[in-house]
Amino acid sequence: MTMSIESATAAPTREELAAQVRRTVLLEAEIAGSGHYGPSLSCTDLLVALYTDLLRVDPADPDAAWRDRLVLSKGHACSALYAVLAQRGFFAADLLRTYTRLGTAFGDHPDMKKVPGVDFSAGALGHGLSVAVGMALHARLRADGARTVAILGDGELNEGQIWEAAGFAGANRLSGLVAIVDVNTVCVDGTTREVLDYEPLGDKWAAFGWEVERIDGHDFDAIDGALGRFAQRHSDGGRPTVILADTVAGKGVPPIEGMAEWHIGYLGGADLDAALLTVASTGGN
Amino acid sequence: MTLLRQPTILQDPVSFDHEGKAGYPSRSIGTILADLADDDPRIMAGSADLTWSTFLADFAERHPDRFVQAGIAERNMLGIAAGLASCGALPYVSTFSAFASLQSLDVIRNDAAYTNLPVRIIGTHTGVSMGYFGSSHHAIEDIGALRSIPNLTVLSPADHTATEALVRATVDASGPVYLRLGRGASGPDVYESQGEVVFGEAATVRRGSGVLVVATGITVHAARDAADALRAAHIAEPTVVDVHTIRPFPAEQIAALAAAHEVVVVVEDHMVDGGLGTSVITALSEHGVAVPVHRHGLRDFAIFGPPTHLYRYYGLDAAGIAVVVERAAQHPSAGPRVPLWGEADMRRELEAQQEADRVRKPEVVFE
Repeated sequence: MTMSIESATAAPTREELAAQVRRTVLLEAEIAGSGHYGPSLSCTDLLVALYTDLLRVDPADPDAAWRDRLVLSKGHACSALYAVLAQRGFFAADLLRTYTRLGTAFGDHPDMKKVPGVDFSAGALGHGLSVAVGMALHARLRADGARTVAILGDGELNEGQIWEAAGFAGANRLSGLVAIVDVNTVCVDGTTREVLDYEPLGDKWAAFGWEVERIDGHDFDAIDGALGRFAQRHSDGGRPTVILADTVAGKGVPPIEGMAEWHIGYLGGADLDAALLTVASTGGN
Repeated sequence: MTLLRQPTILQDPVSFDHEGKAGYPSRSIGTILADLADDDPRIMAGSADLTWSTFLADFAERHPDRFVQAGIAERNMLGIAAGLASCGALPYVSTFSAFASLQSLDVIRNDAAYTNLPVRIIGTHTGVSMGYFGSSHHAIEDIGALRSIPNLTVLSPADHTATEALVRATVDASGPVYLRLGRGASGPDVYESQGEVVFGEAATVRRGSGVLVVATGITVHAARDAADALRAAHIAEPTVVDVHTIRPFPAEQIAALAAAHEVVVVVEDHMVDGGLGTSVITALSEHGVAVPVHRHGLRDFAIFGPPTHLYRYYGLDAAGIAVVVERAAQHPSAGPRVPLWGEADMRRELEAQQEADRVRKPEVVFE
C-alpha cells in the first residue's frame, strides 16, 4: 500500500468523505509518529457534516467577514479538522505532508494565523466557547445571519469557563450559536465517568438556558436533523443549541475504539496497514 | 521640605469614590471610549459587573448595543472579547487589574496574544490602591506577568490626559493592549496636553541632575511632588521620567538618560521583581550603562490599610519617595544595594498611624 495524502477528485457520499478524512488522520499520525486518534476520529463525522451541509464558507476567501465560523475548542482533534479543510479546498492536501515537522503551519493544535480556514487557535481547553460567544455576539450585531459553531470535548466540560460562557449565551439568547459536544466518553486518565462524571449533561445545559439535542454523532441523518433544527431556531430567534453527540473514540479503527489509552498513541507498521484497510472499507469503496 | 506627613484616621475621600466625581484617570475611561465610539463603529466595551467602579458607565449608557455585560466572569469576558476581535471589533474590556491580568492570564496569553488580536484590557485600581480590600484585590505582579507575553503592549498612564493620548494612539494597534490604571485619586494632572505623551517614549516630567527617578502610573504624581519638594528645599534636583509605555520598553532612551545621571531610583506600585525596575536594569545592562539602580516598590504582599496609608507605609507617597531619593543622592554608588526604604521606615510609619488612630478613633464601642 502506498501512503499518500491526496485531494478528493470526487466524493459523492459523506461516508466516503469521512473515510478519506480518517485515512488522512492516520497518515498525519504516521508523519508525526504520534496521533490524537481517539478524539480526532470521534468528531470526524461531525466535522464532515458541518463542512458539507451547514457552514457557509468560501475556501477562496477564508477570512470573509460574512462567513459562518467554527471554533474547535478541543484543539487536539485538529488533524481531523485539517483533513476536512483540505477536502473543502482551503489548502492543498499535499501541504499536510509537513504536519508537525519543523516550521510547519500544521501543529498538533491549530493556529488560526497559519492555517486558512481555521477560525480560531486552540489548545488550552475551556477557552473555545467564550470565543464562540464573542463571534455569535458580533454576528448578531452585524445582523447578517452568520452562525457560530463550537466543538467541545465532553472531558473539556470540566473546565469552569465553559459554564461561564454557557450561562452568558443562555441569558443572552444567542440563537446563532451551536455548541456540539463530542461525547466520546474518554479523556486521558480513563473514561469521563471514572475521571469526573458530568452526566446528566442534558440537564446541565438545559438549566443554563440551551435547547438540548442528543444524537448519535456518527449518524449523518441524525446530525443533519439536529443542525437543521438549530438553523430554524436561529431564524426564529430562539435559544442557543447544544448538540450532545454520542460518539466513539477512535471510531473507524475497531482495535482502539472506545479506549482512553488511545487518546494519543502511535499505530505503525502492520497495525497502520490494517487500520487503513478498515477505514477504506467504511467509505463504501 | 514642604511635604506634610499627616497621619489621618480616614482614607482620602475619593479613594473609593465609585461615582466618578473626581474625574481622574480611570474615572473617565468610559467617556474617552464613548467619544471614540461615536465615530468608530468597531469600538465595543465590556465589563464584569464593575461598570461603575471601573468608570465604563458612560460607554454603557451611550452605546448600549456595543456594550457587553459579562457578569462576574472575567475569563469569559476576555474570551468573548477575543471572539469579537476576530470578527473585526475593537473590544475594550475592563475590570480591576487583579482580575483583568492575573486571574485571566492564560486567556490573555492564548486568545488575545497568541492570536495577536486587537483585544484591549483595562485594569483599574491597580497596585495596592484597593487598600484594605487586601492582596486578593491588589495587582502587584501584573507588569511582571504581562511583560513577558509576546505581542502584548503594556501601558501605564499617569493621568487622564495620558490615558486619552495612549488610548487614541493605540486604537489601530494590530495586537492586544493592556492598560494599567490607578484608582482615579492620584492628584493634579501631570500633563497639560496629549502631545506631551507619545506612545513608546518615556516622558520627562521634571528635568534635573544627579538622581534619575523612573516612575510609572500613579507613582508619577508622587515622584513629581517629591522632586519639587527636594528642589525647593535645596536638597536635590532629580530628574523625573514617566515610563507610560512599559512594553515595548523604551530601553535606549532610559539607558541614555541613566548614563547622564549618577544614580537611578525606580518607583513602582508593584513588586520590585519583574516590574519596571527589572526592565530598567535590563536596559542598562544591555546598553552597557553602569549607573547604580535602586528599586523602590513592594517586596511582599501588602498589609491591610486604607490606600493612602499603604502608600505612606511603603514609602510610595511623595514624602516617602523624597526620603528615598535623598538617600540615593547621598550614597549614589553604595555597594550591594539594600532597600532605601526599609523595615525601620515601615515600622515608624505604622506606629505613627497607630498613634493617630488611638488618639482620633471614632466613638464605636463593641460589646
